[in-house]
Amino acid sequence: MSEAAPGAHGAVHTDHHAPQGFWRTYVFSQDHKTIGIQYAITALLFLLFGFTLMMIMRWQLAYPGQAIPFIGKLFGDSRAPEGIMLPEFYNQLGAMHGTIMVFLGVVPLAVGAFGNYVMPLQIGAPDMAFPKLNMMSYWIYFVGGVTMLSSFLLPGGAASSGWTSYAPLSVIATVGQTVWLFGMICLITSSLLGSVNFITTIFQLRAKGLSFMRLPFFVWAQLVTSFLLLLAFPPLEAAGVLQLMDRLAGTSFFMPSGLVVSGQPLANTGGGNPLLWQHLFWFLAHPEVYVLILPAMGIVAEIIANNTRKPLWGYRSMVYATIFLGFMSFVVWAHHMFLTGMGTVISSFFQATTMIISIPSIIILTALFLSLWGGSIRFTTPMLFALAFLPMFGIGGLTGLPLGLAPADIHLHDTYYVIGHFHYVVAPGTLFALFAGLYHWFPKVTGRTMNDTLGRIHFWLSFAFINGVFMPMFIQGLAGVSRRLYDGGAMYAHAQGVLHLNVFMSVCAWCLGLAQIPFIINFFWSMRKGKKVSDNYWDATTLDWAATTSPPMAHGNFSTVPEVYRGPYEYSVPGNGRDFLPQNTPAEVH
Amino acid sequence: MEIPYTVEPRPDTGVYNAKLGIWLFLASEVMLFGALFSSYVLLRVGATTWPHGYEHLNIPLATVNTVVLITSSVTMVMSWASLAMKNIRRYRLYMGATIALACVFLVIKGFEYAAKFEHGLYPSESTFMAIYFTLTGLHGLHIVGGVIVNSYLLGPGSRMWKTDPARFTNRVEVAGLYWHFVDLVWIFLFPVLYLL
Repeated sequence: MSEAAPGAHGAVHTDHHAPQGFWRTYVFSQDHKTIGIQYAITALLFLLFGFTLMMIMRWQLAYPGQAIPFIGKLFGDSRAPEGIMLPEFYNQLGAMHGTIMVFLGVVPLAVGAFGNYVMPLQIGAPDMAFPKLNMMSYWIYFVGGVTMLSSFLLPGGAASSGWTSYAPLSVIATVGQTVWLFGMICLITSSLLGSVNFITTIFQLRAKGLSFMRLPFFVWAQLVTSFLLLLAFPPLEAAGVLQLMDRLAGTSFFMPSGLVVSGQPLANTGGGNPLLWQHLFWFLAHPEVYVLILPAMGIVAEIIANNTRKPLWGYRSMVYATIFLGFMSFVVWAHHMFLTGMGTVISSFFQATTMIISIPSIIILTALFLSLWGGSIRFTTPMLFALAFLPMFGIGGLTGLPLGLAPADIHLHDTYYVIGHFHYVVAPGTLFALFAGLYHWFPKVTGRTMNDTLGRIHFWLSFAFINGVFMPMFIQGLAGVSRRLYDGGAMYAHAQGVLHLNVFMSVCAWCLGLAQIPFIINFFWSMRKGKKVSDNYWDATTLDWAATTSPPMAHGNFSTVPEVYRGPYEYSVPGNGRDFLPQNTPAEVH
Repeated sequence: MEIPYTVEPRPDTGVYNAKLGIWLFLASEVMLFGALFSSYVLLRVGATTWPHGYEHLNIPLATVNTVVLITSSVTMVMSWASLAMKNIRRYRLYMGATIALACVFLVIKGFEYAAKFEHGLYPSESTFMAIYFTLTGLHGLHIVGGVIVNSYLLGPGSRMWKTDPARFTNRVEVAGLYWHFVDLVWIFLFPVLYLL
């Protein structure tokens, strides 16, 4: 592989384009790297927006019934008269925070952005298998996202039935719910196209010599994730169609007989089953949890191997655990429904499968922990985030065990304990891994490295405050404070003892918002002014760092067709001049 | 660098890209209709009364439609086989027949729908009518999608025959796989909704 002079292609985008116009190059691009960047920027903006919604909600939770300072008047009388948030508006914010963070933020960033940009490079492919389809998935995602956002402007506001949209509440909700369903159908379609593309690419376009057991763990994570998206999303699409029929055509798929709303009997025929929605929803939404976490594990595995300068401990068992995790994630969904009266027999079954699925997660986490053992660790910014991921995901995972057991879940269900649990998995878990990935692959994407000092400030502040937000939720939840309470529990006698935590959590959340400012500054500053670095800045072994230049060209990722000779993590191989052996280096140097 | 395996199969997987892609897509379609059929089962099991399909639906028309769709699957295979035998004229004939048969199916379905509406049978009438309209409506949309793809392959898309015949043959094969799947869904829908 020829080594280009560092910084020879310093601009953010490459300066060697095929003769295509601006629109084809930057907007309707079919190049997987450009699409990856589009996904990343869009998803980061959605993450910021979704987080802002939560920061507004946290005011109401900390100071119920008081006017929101500074921005309260901007929401108008229908949402927050005199700056005091209405319950309806609070519900909209809650529903949209969940939807945006999961479907518009984390998944598009983890799969759309990192998967699109890194995966084809790591398997030595010239592009995705279906470039046009790739472009379509981004734009359908974009349309779905804009549809979701615009629903805030509707009379009656956005969807307000929670991100789970449980029927029959969602069926009788305002028109925002219909728009939510249209948005979801766009997002589902986008994910389906994307997952077909990802799987085909990984199966068909691997470089010569890159057998499955030589794939970087990140690629395995993306492969299993894509299968989950492919097979779990269609049932939600079906459910979405049924709910649309209920809302628009007056059917009663999810509407039981004899429903009375505000003293008025509903006109529908009834005979439907509200539990059907929950089954269809969780059949998607449980695999979705693994869609959120697997790419994060993939990113963390890459960064840990690279920064400990040694192979991953138990690569094969991690791969098998990931595949097993994928299978099992389809048979655990009803542990979200222990309180619906499904019956103890069904509950026992889903309890058992839930305990079983914790095993592969623990295998992966243990392997990552053991990978640290005996390594000479480089504490780079991405490594800090990756290291923080391990205990944070550990807390998130272990606090899930009581929720998977029906007797414990009866007490904890729908309390802040649940919120704390899944936020530990997704926020200091997945989001930290995604930040790690941003810092790690930034030099490949821009040819420049991000500022280390600002990165460390970003890390330590985020790490402190994010725990300040979510750790007290366990305490509140164990005390029995329900989620989705407009006043944060102020009305309930049993919540009084833990109510003071609300202010603490809110202040931490706002500080967490402020802690992202160093990252935003760093991101834009480094794009133009960051230190120019060589192609393989981290001395990594995988093929993504063997791509022509940093950033790689818009067409043709590699100067020669890459060929792979060894596994993905040959670090510190004895008798070798350097402490890493790239996958595409022909023979060992003795 | 061109994307490899768009035409010839990759030796170790044995398929070309689009073929793997369509099988994956069909797997997701199985999950979509699987979820809807499961919903049907759950709703029917939980219902106090459930009409027999033949009380409301027109079995003779549906039988004709079944024959029409199965025939269209045969002509679809013949169109692909014609291309494999390098006979573009026969291909056009069979592909045209496939599209025509699909349209016949849609017209007959349209008559069935119109008759239901005339009798005041809308989706909101009962859970049975709701699932009938949802399942057949979604299946109908799949037929429309197939007609659009096949029309493209018959019209502007067929120019590829001159430049890259192997790839064009692959495209027809892939469209055929989709078409057989849509056919197969109907073969499940017909007994479930009309006969049981």
